[in-house]
Amino acid sequence: MARLADLGEWEQELLLQMLDEIPAYSGQPWQSGAPLAQRRVALLTTSGIHRHDDHAYSDGAVANEYRVIPGDVNADELVMSHLSSNFDRTGFQQDTNVVFPIDRLRELATEGVIGSLAAFHYAVMGAARLPGLEATARQIAKLLKQDSVDAVLLTPV
Amino acid sequence: MREHTAAIRPPRALWVPFILGRPLGVPNDPAFQRRVLLAALQLLEAPAGPVLEDYSEEAPQPGEEASEGFACPVRFAPAQAKDDLAGALQREIATLAPWYDMAKVKQRGRSTATLSGLTAGEMAAFIARFINDAATPSYRDDVSLPLALRLVTQDLKAWYLEAASAQPGARAALEARNWFWHDTAAGQAFLRLRDACLAHPDDTIKGIGARSLVPLAIAPRPEGSDALRRY
Repeated sequence: MARLADLGEWEQELLLQMLDEIPAYSGQPWQSGAPLAQRRVALLTTSGIHRHDDHAYSDGAVANEYRVIPGDVNADELVMSHLSSNFDRTGFQQDTNVVFPIDRLRELATEGVIGSLAAFHYAVMGAARLPGLEATARQIAKLLKQDSVDAVLLTPV
Repeated sequence: MREHTAAIRPPRALWVPFILGRPLGVPNDPAFQRRVLLAALQLLEAPAGPVLEDYSEEAPQPGEEASEGFACPVRFAPAQAKDDLAGALQREIATLAPWYDMAKVKQRGRSTATLSGLTAGEMAAFIARFINDAATPSYRDDVSLPLALRLVTQDLKAWYLEAASAQPGARAALEARNWFWHDTAAGQAFLRLRDACLAHPDDTIKGIGARSLVPLAIAPRPEGSDALRRY
């Protein structure tokens, strides 16, 4: 998230217009769970990152695909092929953790602040349209359950 | 955006006051990132929701002294680039190459300008060819032309910004963006590539020209009363 006021005039207008496109959700799910020190945590990012050897994100239906990021990934292996040019990439170029804080989570797991880290993390490309992403989200949710994950940190860009 | 999160009402959300693209705030500052991360994770223990909490710590900005250290690593000559864009790009890349190499050393060999598999010179040549001839094919048979355009432009911009980052003196993201778009032949080439894409018969390539090449902060506002609606 960021400050709307930091953006240019017509960029603000465009983003405010998108408020009308947010779908209405039925109900508001709320789950309580174990203390943080017992949680198994996964990362899900809409930043369009993936391992260097994975396919880049493309336009159209394939933009709804997700990428799997192994829990033991070296943060330096990750690249970004998000469609949008409207956010800063220089931070990511210097340090993957400013988008995908895998090293920080490893530290918290080692210290016992969180219970454990998931075996796999996931990335999608945030410029994809919402209706197309629903099936992707449901599939990722199933995979997270199979990995016994009970806490997911979503990092948007 | 806080406005959009408030409208979606997810169970737990932490609003952060950082620029788009940096949800953890500051690169290479583990202590800062940890504070943001803990503030988000602690929302898991909220007793009831939805919760939308504001994170109040601002990301530190480079000081005035550091900003003054930002030296444009190339001398961009607009008139020269207009007449010989391909040549201007190659000269600019040759000037920046030592800084890009230095950036890779500083980043332990890592570069994010690797999606296309082309060298910077090859990327620039591809872009210049497409500007001059819209029938230019992709640089590889197994990469579609729209994807080729996206990967090459993302790589070339990343290559420039990584090269600029190696110069002495910390600089803000906004400063680096302004340098690329206003002071380099590459920025000029991207604006001309955008025009070439918008004039292309393929709708996907038109879409890349409209939405992916040039940030909204730099691109001209689309004309027409419902232009944003169609964006």
